[in-house]
Amino acid sequence: MRNLIGIEDFSTEEIDELIEVSKNIISNKEKYLEKCKGKILATLFFEPSTRTRLSFESAMLSLGGGVLGFSSADSSSTQKGETLADTIKVVSGYSDIIAMRHPKEGAPIVAANNSNVPIINAGDGGHNHPTQTLLDLLTISQEKGRLNNFTVGLCGDLKFGRTVHSLIIALSRYENIKFVLISPNELKIPDYLKQDVLDKKNIDYIETESLEENIDKLDILYMTRVQKERFLNEEEYVRLKDVYILDKQKLEKAKKDLCIMHPLPRVNEISTEIDNDPRAAYFRQAEYGKYMRMAIILKLLNVK
Amino acid sequence: MNIDSIKNGYVIDHISAGHGMKIYEYLQLEKLDCSVAMIMNARSTKMGKKDIIKIDQKVKIDFDVLGYIDPNITINVIENDKKVKKFHPELKEELIDIVKCKNPRCITSVERGLKHICILKDKKKAQYRCKYCDSEV
Repeated sequence: MRNLIGIEDFSTEEIDELIEVSKNIISNKEKYLEKCKGKILATLFFEPSTRTRLSFESAMLSLGGGVLGFSSADSSSTQKGETLADTIKVVSGYSDIIAMRHPKEGAPIVAANNSNVPIINAGDGGHNHPTQTLLDLLTISQEKGRLNNFTVGLCGDLKFGRTVHSLIIALSRYENIKFVLISPNELKIPDYLKQDVLDKKNIDYIETESLEENIDKLDILYMTRVQKERFLNEEEYVRLKDVYILDKQKLEKAKKDLCIMHPLPRVNEISTEIDNDPRAAYFRQAEYGKYMRMAIILKLLNVK
Repeated sequence: MNIDSIKNGYVIDHISAGHGMKIYEYLQLEKLDCSVAMIMNARSTKMGKKDIIKIDQKVKIDFDVLGYIDPNITINVIENDKKVKKFHPELKEELIDIVKCKNPRCITSVERGLKHICILKDKKKAQYRCKYCDSEV
């Protein structure tokens, strides 16, 4: 039985296969309408989320399966003091596959150790968010037609931004990827990522605080939100939340074929004035999320 | 200060000064049914000061745990008043319930009954990471 806990659970070939299946779904939706008939997806969201949960549910419904679950820890037995291990043991008896978001890092490993059905990590604190990464890769492949030879700018909260961590790990498997890591000093990427991934694989990267000075070099700009829920200290959040705002003026210096991505939801970091710019890919990216999650469900349930 | 030599047992030598009690606790030596001598701040030509622990019985002890605490430690095995073996502790691939992950966002901070597991990531630096959240411990 396979789980998806971190992006490293899939080989590069498997990732490429998931991207191909997603593209096939996009162009042949009707072919997939009954692929998961009779199967149940449990969405266990111990932390609020709209997009990820709905896209998982939409994915399973579009495959002909059913969904059940909860959307906050308040409406689960956690409130009564139940351990995650117990919750998973029970829910794995009610479903064929589980997508779980949990505020604590490493929670999906506990889930996988206690489940009889595949676990999909739909985000664990600031740690990993592999399905977001896979949909990001699908977006890049769709928008740019390839997954190699890029300069990728990652901007905003690179410390707690789990999407960024997983994306760095995934993109570092492809050839000639350079990273421009743009963040305030307090929100730089964790050392373990630098040591274990970037340094280990000799990947070219720079760390900078300036978006303006680097935007002209980028083929892809991945903006992130500074997430209030990751801060233990509110003052620090307030000081850092609006450090980067991408607007028309900053975009003037950018390449004409720049691909602007954002995991959403955004707050102020991307001005709405650029939403209609053809380089703004973030709403298309959100839609690709559904197709990638359909491909992931099919793979983990071993449905051809 | 004189402490008697032991007939059968172990001498844990070259413990960095001040680490003796920590090792006593990690090895749970208080649970042993034999004499244990703790010598602290002993003079050492190599180290200046060091701690030494003598255990007056050959019992089963997982010395590899010590590699994480102090890799320079020497363990001498004594049989019939003679030193029969001397070794340095190895770094274990996995430490189970020996060190706790200090990341407040880690699942180990809330899940009851969950073992704290740390994985050796860098042997040269004796660096361990939490199995669950990847934080350095």
